[in-house]
Amino acid sequence: MKPPALLRVRGLHVELGSPERPVRAVDGIDLDVRPGETLALLGESGCGKSMTAFGVMRLLPPSGRITAGRVLFDDQDLLALPEREMRAVRGGSLGMIFQEPMTSLNPVMRIGDQIAESIRLHDKENLHRPRERAVELLEAVGIPDPRRRVDEYPHQLSGGMKQRVMVAIALAGQPRLLIADEPTTALDVTIQAQVLSLLKDLRQRTGMAVLLISHDLGVVAETADRVAVMYAGQLVEVCDAETFFSRPAHPYGRKLFSSLPTFGKRGRELEIIPGMVPPLDSDFSGCRFADRCDFFQDDCRVGEPAWRDLEDGHSVRCIHPRGGPLEPASDGERTTRQWMPGQALLDVDDLKVHFPIHKGVLRRVKGYVKAVDGVSLRLDSSHTLALVGESGCGKTTVGKGILRLIQPTAGRVLFDGDDLAGLSAGALRKRRADMQIIFQDPAASMNPRMPVGEIVAEGLRAQGLGGNREARQRRVAELLEQVGLPADSARRYPHEFSGGQRQRICVARALAVEPKLIVCDEPTSALDVSVQAQILNLFTELQQRLKLSYLFITHDISVVSFIAHEVAVMYLGRIVEQGRVDEVLDQPKHPYTLALLSAVPVIDSDQRREVIRLEGDMPSPANPPTGCHFHPRCAYAMPVCRERYPDISRISASHTAACWLLEQD
Amino acid sequence: MTPVILSTDALLFLLLAGVAAFVWHARRHEHLRRPWRHVARSNIGMATAVILLAYVSLGVLDSMHFESRGGMASDDIISLFDVVASDLRERQEKTYSAPFSAWLYTKETLELPDGRVARGYPRLKWGGASLDDPLAERAADIARRALLGLLQALALSAVVYLPLAWSRGRRQRVAVPAMLRGFFIERRGETAWPAFNITLVALLLCGFVMASLAGEYHLFGTDKVGEDVFYQALKSIRTGLLIGTLTTLVMLPAALFLGILAGYFRGWVDDLVQYLYTTLSSIPGVLLIAAAILMLQVYMSEHAEEFNSLVQRADLRLLFLCVILGITSWTTLCRLLRGETLKLRELEYVQAAQAFGVRGLTIISRHILPNTMHIVLISIVLDFSGLVLAEAVLAYVNIGVDPTMNSWGNMINSARLELAREPIVWWSLAAAFVFMFVLVLAANLFADVVRDAFDPRLGRGRG
Ligand SMILES: Nc1ncnc2c1ncn2[C@@H]1O[C@H](COP(=O)(O)OP(=O)(O)O)[C@@H](O)[C@H]1O
Ligand code: SF4
Ligand code: SF4
Ligand SMILES: [Mg+2]
Repeated sequence: MKPPALLRVRGLHVELGSPERPVRAVDGIDLDVRPGETLALLGESGCGKSMTAFGVMRLLPPSGRITAGRVLFDDQDLLALPEREMRAVRGGSLGMIFQEPMTSLNPVMRIGDQIAESIRLHDKENLHRPRERAVELLEAVGIPDPRRRVDEYPHQLSGGMKQRVMVAIALAGQPRLLIADEPTTALDVTIQAQVLSLLKDLRQRTGMAVLLISHDLGVVAETADRVAVMYAGQLVEVCDAETFFSRPAHPYGRKLFSSLPTFGKRGRELEIIPGMVPPLDSDFSGCRFADRCDFFQDDCRVGEPAWRDLEDGHSVRCIHPRGGPLEPASDGERTTRQWMPGQALLDVDDLKVHFPIHKGVLRRVKGYVKAVDGVSLRLDSSHTLALVGESGCGKTTVGKGILRLIQPTAGRVLFDGDDLAGLSAGALRKRRADMQIIFQDPAASMNPRMPVGEIVAEGLRAQGLGGNREARQRRVAELLEQVGLPADSARRYPHEFSGGQRQRICVARALAVEPKLIVCDEPTSALDVSVQAQILNLFTELQQRLKLSYLFITHDISVVSFIAHEVAVMYLGRIVEQGRVDEVLDQPKHPYTLALLSAVPVIDSDQRREVIRLEGDMPSPANPPTGCHFHPRCAYAMPVCRERYPDISRISASHTAACWLLEQD
Repeated sequence: MTPVILSTDALLFLLLAGVAAFVWHARRHEHLRRPWRHVARSNIGMATAVILLAYVSLGVLDSMHFESRGGMASDDIISLFDVVASDLRERQEKTYSAPFSAWLYTKETLELPDGRVARGYPRLKWGGASLDDPLAERAADIARRALLGLLQALALSAVVYLPLAWSRGRRQRVAVPAMLRGFFIERRGETAWPAFNITLVALLLCGFVMASLAGEYHLFGTDKVGEDVFYQALKSIRTGLLIGTLTTLVMLPAALFLGILAGYFRGWVDDLVQYLYTTLSSIPGVLLIAAAILMLQVYMSEHAEEFNSLVQRADLRLLFLCVILGITSWTTLCRLLRGETLKLRELEYVQAAQAFGVRGLTIISRHILPNTMHIVLISIVLDFSGLVLAEAVLAYVNIGVDPTMNSWGNMINSARLELAREPIVWWSLAAAFVFMFVLVLAANLFADVVRDAFDPRLGRGRG
């Protein structure tokens, strides 16, 4: 017998915007969360996951309203409660944490006081000892030295610690259900692993239920007991996690799996979901996934598909559900190309970028942020070198330093045999046609006030390529077609495009000057899985066709395993391990690489590694630790590690790492 | 009648041409139009826009100058407005008279019809001149004239709105009364037309009533030399508008150029610009203005022959005042622009342009300048009312516009001496106050709406 549900949502409808043409962000949702279980609400961005959570909490934005439905928490209808009583529930037995820990904490209040506030409101037993209780809670969420930390302000904490404080605040109300909206999306993988294991741990200790909202299949696989898949404002599949990850029935869920990049899919095209999530203010008839579904048949358009129970607890909203296990990932081209010493396209030697820190009235230089501190890289033509590492380790600065968008402090960059530092301003300007950059946020990398045609033509103009106006327009149309955009895009403005399309425009703009090297700075991090697959396919196809080389900066290991030939792992301004992708990902040698790889959430439970928990955060590059930069967090640290930085050890012809452990053998 | 274009006229027309060009350009660019649609949606925005437009039309009318030959006025350059309001201009009394009065404000020795001589208040030459017994008839006459003006205004409104409602209504198959409801009461669609139309009709009513009354009386009395105060207040509109707009126009190039250069190139350029505006903004503005105006006066008295008319002299001084006010007030905008540029230059589209080897000045003109325009616009509308008020303050310390030029500042300044009289002469002050207050209030309310429309934090001007 299943225990009765703690939270029961019935027919919830949430509308946003003007009543004449409402955005139906949540369009009839039924959900059950049972005591002690973790239910994951999974879906791409914009499909209404957050609005579901805000609806349950009654925290909708000003333009939002609940138009129908019931939310029963502990058999109490939350929607019928007066606001005063709702406030007692919210933050009490119903806790919530958000995606952005930075904006959810009050910047001018000590964290101890923020926790105490929650205790005062919701915890009668500890009313007389708020401070002690706050320390206990900080300890419970694994914040080191909690007695000192209670008196600190949010800006003194790192992102991961802020998110833990958010959890501590929620815990202060002794919640029976915690709603976590993308709690780790803004965090690095190593920090994400910390927060996820904290949530799991707390659930075991306190028996609270968790409603986890996420778009990340890996995160869901690691934490959820049951999964509810959301698409365009509705649920389309509900089942337990094991079933979902072995034999999902809805074509949408199956498609999400096949569009994930993995090592096994190297050299093949990723499957994509064509088109995008339909706008939620449209009138739907029939299945909402119909336009993008491979198994579409005519009856899919006739009325909304009804729920269909496949087996115990597995229901799906599809007329032609799929069955059976997912297609196993085949072994792709497991052997990557051999290391061929020769003329490298890009040869970076001991690159350093130090930013001065100015202090005082006279703004005298009081030290340096050593963002990049001696990086050596080598990239052959039509190869992809992935640069991975946590945020803030200096990846982007390496890319910009190579392109001389930032003036390097020291080091040599040989591009196609020429030393870039030795070029005159004019010669460098000409040379820029050969090396381009694509940024993470496609929206920010286009001038919102320029039509797409002019944006794409910018490089042509600057380099004096493409001939006269008409020839240039023809070339722009050609480029847009090359990246799969309609020809009339040239006259439209960037805001009229979706995220994936915008990234395509950025690719077209870079391609315009026929570069040999493109620095891709997290080009898919802001995109959904299905869109990411489209862009990754585009990158691999262009590489084969145009013999492009990519310096691919990312923190996503699955993308690396799909696209890269070589990998360089970066930590605090230096490269700690470098080699062919199979060498580094399969046989990591450096303790940091090991920890990083183990923190990546994995879908297939057979492949799951023991997570090596890294304590604390990456230190500041303004003040790196002595000796090996990694020693304060390293499980294998030895006395010598504290004194001297390790030399580079060669493991194979192509595989190197910098660690004292390797030097001993 | 040869047209004369004074230097401030030229600048004003340049400004208007610029605004017209911008409107034409913005019509075809959605991202430029979007914030203005927000302004049009706001009731306050539309209502104040009507008032501002009325002021601007009067100001423009007063800026079309020409030489008048054989005129009775000592000035040989008059404006179109002077022609329209020639009644007001030419009906000069001897000295002070109160609003609506039919008598002078000072006693004189009068010769009575029967030949005796007595001291008393003489009848005005023009004010209430058509009345035989003002004491008995005046109230009725005022009411009659006011009603006449009211009826004229209503007739004009009807002539404008009824055919419009009829032709629109026919196309959309809506009855005329329902159409009128849409014009004045119920808002249909996005734009706040009811607020616009109601304000317009109210303004027409005011205008016609005042014009009708001004045909017989001195609405706001007369001043020391007998000039109609209502006329002075109307003439002052041009001065106020010019100071509020030309000052910004004058300072804009410097603020834009230096602010963006400092923000984009940083380094020594930045140090220099920062040094410049820090120094400038620590000199008291009044001192600078006083020194500059004194210098100008000395120059003009030494080169008197170059200025062949009083009007041109006064105009040059006005322009000079705008320039010097501009010099003392560009630093705020410059600072804002520098900050914004510092932010923009780190944006990825600017970096993408740098990666193509686009030259610095091209990046500035293509990517930075267009994206700082909202700041320029907001600061122009916000500064406007401050500058109008500043004119009044400067006139008070005698470093404002030329004393012969009509301006609210000068009206207030001359009225301040009369405030000490018993009984006091309050109407110059009152007229200046009313006209200035309406303009400044409308400008401030409008500026608030514009700022909201462009403020990305409110999420409406985004993109
Ligand atoms: N404040 C808002 N005003 C209007 N629409 C909104 C607002 N916030 C979100 N939306 C819209 O609601 C829909 C669902 O958003 P959300 O619940 O945040 O999706 P998800 O959590 O899956 O990313 C989207 O179409 C989004 O554009
Ligand atoms: S109902 Fe039809 S269109 Fe919708 S998901 Fe199922 S098969 Fe595809
Ligand atoms: S050198 Fe020492 S501290 Fe650094 S990674 Fe190797 S074992 Fe760890
Ligand atoms: Mg969300």
